[in-house]
Amino acid sequence: MKKVALFIPCFVDQVVPEAGLDMARVLQRIGYSLEYPEEQTCCGQPAFNTGYWQDAKPLAERFVRVFRKAEVVVCPSGSCASMVRNFYPELLAGSSLCEEARSLGQRVFEFSEFMVKVAHVTDVGANFPHRVAFHDSCHGLRELRLKQEPRELLRHVRGIDLVELPYAEDCCGFGGTFAVKFGMISAAMGDAKAGNAEASGAEFLTSADPSCLLHIDGVLRRRKSKVRTIYLASMLAQSEESGHAFYAGASK
Amino acid sequence: MSAAAQEFLRNAATKSADLVHRQVIRRAIDQYNQVVERRRARFLDWEEARRRCQEIKREAVDHLDRYLLEFEQRVTERGGHIFWAETSAEARRYIADLAVRHGVRTIVKSKSMVAEEIHLTPALENLGMRVYETDLGEFIVQLRDEPPYHIVTPAMHLTRAQVASLFKKKLGNVETDDPQHLVAVARRELRRAFFSAEMGISGANFLVADHGMVAITTNEGNARLGTSLPRIHVAIAGIEKVVPRLQDLALLWPVLATSGTGQPITCYNTLIGGPRKQNEVDGPGEFHVVLLDNGRSELLADVEQREVLHCIRCGACLNACPVFQTVGGHTYGTTYQGPIGGVLTPHLRGLDEFQHLSYASSLCGACTDVCPVKIDLHHHLLHNRRNAVRTAKRPWIERAAFKLWRWVMSNSVSYALFGWIGRAALRAAYAFGLEATPLDPLRPWTKYRPLPRIPAKSFRALWKENHGAE
Repeated sequence: MKKVALFIPCFVDQVVPEAGLDMARVLQRIGYSLEYPEEQTCCGQPAFNTGYWQDAKPLAERFVRVFRKAEVVVCPSGSCASMVRNFYPELLAGSSLCEEARSLGQRVFEFSEFMVKVAHVTDVGANFPHRVAFHDSCHGLRELRLKQEPRELLRHVRGIDLVELPYAEDCCGFGGTFAVKFGMISAAMGDAKAGNAEASGAEFLTSADPSCLLHIDGVLRRRKSKVRTIYLASMLAQSEESGHAFYAGASK
Repeated sequence: MSAAAQEFLRNAATKSADLVHRQVIRRAIDQYNQVVERRRARFLDWEEARRRCQEIKREAVDHLDRYLLEFEQRVTERGGHIFWAETSAEARRYIADLAVRHGVRTIVKSKSMVAEEIHLTPALENLGMRVYETDLGEFIVQLRDEPPYHIVTPAMHLTRAQVASLFKKKLGNVETDDPQHLVAVARRELRRAFFSAEMGISGANFLVADHGMVAITTNEGNARLGTSLPRIHVAIAGIEKVVPRLQDLALLWPVLATSGTGQPITCYNTLIGGPRKQNEVDGPGEFHVVLLDNGRSELLADVEQREVLHCIRCGACLNACPVFQTVGGHTYGTTYQGPIGGVLTPHLRGLDEFQHLSYASSLCGACTDVCPVKIDLHHHLLHNRRNAVRTAKRPWIERAAFKLWRWVMSNSVSYALFGWIGRAALRAAYAFGLEATPLDPLRPWTKYRPLPRIPAKSFRALWKENHGAE
């Protein structure tokens, strides 16, 4: 049986665990056996992006040690996957783990990337009879260059009515610590995104990064919007039999 | 927090909530995007054009010493003067002395961000001289007594109705807000200035080393008039503006025009190599080029960030930036706004005072994708942040928080424990309705948008429940 290791980012683990579980469900459904290395914590991105490279570095080294034996690592966030692939080599320059980090980076995949480019599965038998718009998350789009992969997965969902999101590639304003350091700017950017989601006529806004959705979902609820959010893998986990609740806010 | 940072936060809060502003900028940038996309598609290979421009600028900046001296030699041979200004003050003094020596009373200025950078106009006005901005956008913001909103489109934030009422108030004789009419009003005003000015000041888009020429690009022809009618022409440029060869402009000109305004080529591209020669009928009697360092040499010495000097000031990164679109150009409080401003300003004006601009980005990377000379802009924002943590003032509580965070994250047991405690505390607090109140520890987040329901169990706990036996 083919095996993958799950890299569950800290915010997914602590705040939106359903996103990780749904990803695991989809991977299992297409025939992968999963391993969750319990030693994992955080990839170090929050410190790295805030400039605290000396605090991020030991966590990056730790990450490499935890995942060094894994053949393939899959992550429900383009941003965290990009941290490992694109930024570890620079962060770990001079460390004895640098080369290992570089090769590990080539084996760490964002979920939609893994599905389309590695597993070569685009139809997981999902059923989601709703009008849906897709938001490109910045790091998936611009750091990992994933544009078609998530759309490819969406096109194969039964019953889905995909609509174009205006300004789909514009940042939603999450940006990690940016969202709290510059809350007013972040919220205004989120407002623009929410407005576009509403204008698209979609019932659901989806994305390949639950971190964007965490922010957009909050903005939508503050606006008392009818648009709800659902993480890509959570949508793919919906088959005709299943019907478990959406992770984000819908019940609030 | 520095005074500049406090002001940035204040103005950002106001502008972020200004929906009219957002609409005006949205419309302007939509139009820009439309034409730029068309123009890029006209290149056989836009990506290849970017790569070649990057190569040209890299060659120039990596051998700046050689190309600048070559430029100096050529200009001097033709009777022009070069002044090497290490600081803004030196550049200001040189130009002011020159103007005083020649009894200059009226100056026509074409667009120059370096002139903004060194605060040239106020210095000359303090000496009693009249300085006219002759670029239409700059003319408008000068009438409003405000700095340029954007390095390429200084009046981007204004509607034509606003311009009409401004002209009516300041110039009179305005009948409609028809753009052609408004341009005619400005032209009437500016023609008088062109004919009476004794000195013309311009910027430089490129300094061509092998021919010793200053290349100036405008859409209005104002630089051409302003550098040929007055007795003296002073061009002012950052030292990074040099390019090796005249033929480099064959690519740089259309790329600048494409990224700057979505034009195939800008309307007026002028090359100036020296003062009027004996048998020539026009041109200035004196030609001066002020080459400004003002921190650029230090950036040149920084191998990691040297490529920031490749910037050709096209403004594409500003237009692509969602933060710029939200807070607007004036909020930055700097000569250079948007991503390039966030990268460059800490180098030019100090990391302590301006590090906040490197933090005021979601790191979305849209800037890097559009940069025509492929500067890795958002990556350099990260470098500035790292340098800020190393050498500048950061809040002690932030430093302590990341120390604690590192300690907690260094062990999966402490991580799981702190996660559990944190979630339990938040769930309890929110059950008592404390979410988004001053007692909410996550208030910096919840003040602007609610959190999802905090889960009782983490992923790892749920995973263990389901897979523990495996």
